[in-house]
Amino acid sequence: MFIIYTTMRFTLKIPVIAGVMLLCSFVISCKEKADNTEITTQEPVTPTVDTTTIKPPKPLKVYSNDTVLVNAYEYSGLEYYLKQKNDTTYVVNFWATWCVPCVEELPNFEKINAKYKENKVKVILVSLDMAKMVETKLLPFINQKQIKSEVLLLRDPDADSWIPKVDSTWSGAIPATLIYNKDMRKFYERSFTYDELEKEISNFK
Amino acid sequence: MKTIKFLAMFIAIGALTAFKSDIPVGYKVGDVATDFSLKNVDGKNVSLKDFKSAKGFIVVFTCNHCPYAQAYEDRIFALDKKYKSQGYPVIAINPNNPEKQKDDSFAKMQERAKDKKFAFPYLLDEGQKIFPQYGATKTPHVYILQKTAKGNVVKYIGAIDDNYEDAAAVKQKYVENAVDALVKGKEVTVKETKAIGCSIKA
Repeated sequence: MFIIYTTMRFTLKIPVIAGVMLLCSFVISCKEKADNTEITTQEPVTPTVDTTTIKPPKPLKVYSNDTVLVNAYEYSGLEYYLKQKNDTTYVVNFWATWCVPCVEELPNFEKINAKYKENKVKVILVSLDMAKMVETKLLPFINQKQIKSEVLLLRDPDADSWIPKVDSTWSGAIPATLIYNKDMRKFYERSFTYDELEKEISNFK
Repeated sequence: MKTIKFLAMFIAIGALTAFKSDIPVGYKVGDVATDFSLKNVDGKNVSLKDFKSAKGFIVVFTCNHCPYAQAYEDRIFALDKKYKSQGYPVIAINPNNPEKQKDDSFAKMQERAKDKKFAFPYLLDEGQKIFPQYGATKTPHVYILQKTAKGNVVKYIGAIDDNYEDAAAVKQKYVENAVDALVKGKEVTVKETKAIGCSIKA
């Protein structure tokens, strides 16, 4: 899976045989690299939000039908959900109903959310569906797929202003996922199988 | 012996992945962009060198299926209309592998170009060879090039403007501002922006 991923993303392939000897003394660091092939940032999470005193921000708009309710935020509101500092690990997936690879991997996130509910792992699905598609596409989709994870709508068309704030390495392509807890933060511009996702999350314990 | 073999393999894999993930890919502003020869919807191949009188290009990686690309279609059309006469034509390239994304097949591209009366080349990146050289990751993704003695130099990378949803609510016309600056012989001020888009399916 990793090889497929890299060949998709990177066309340059450096002959590595020459480097092997050189790297003999760095076995440990290489191992780490092999495990952390995604874009990694482990800066301290700032600014921190004290979740004991700050309530979730007021949504820009609340979309709902008979069975589903989705809060829409601008980035300034969404930020609250990206900077929690408590004992939970948050898995924040950026997706949209029209994004085929996103929809394909969604069941994996749902499964994680269900399986680790009692283990302080929370999945948040941040939809980037366009406002005009929310009532016609997003709400029926949540309904039809019986999505149990929390779904938020990021309604902020000035994407250049917030993409770098989610992660400095994000090009803006989806699917993309941010996994973080109070000590660690990693960003992935890629798709996940269930096993890959579970393995990544296990590093956050 | 087994241990040594295992260790060697382990190091090789480690080295391979370490190197690969550290390689910066795609163009940065200031790099010289490659020319190409890609099939246009009219069946003829198109290269940048064919445009003898052009001063540069607005290369847009875009496609049929992506809602963001669709949202920008009229604006891409308008860019071509406005800037072709000023020496900066739009060159649209579909980077997606039609086997992975049926709506982006060559036949569907032809259909779309005809329906929407595209006045600019709409090329298929057959074999998905060109977009990785540019470093495009999504559609739409714009590269503005300026023709110079050393080749077509990248002057801007990113979004068309700052509002995909509503063309009327746009505050910053990134591409227009950049091309306007180039036409006037000035430096582009905003050289790079980011936007949400559909990941390219190679």
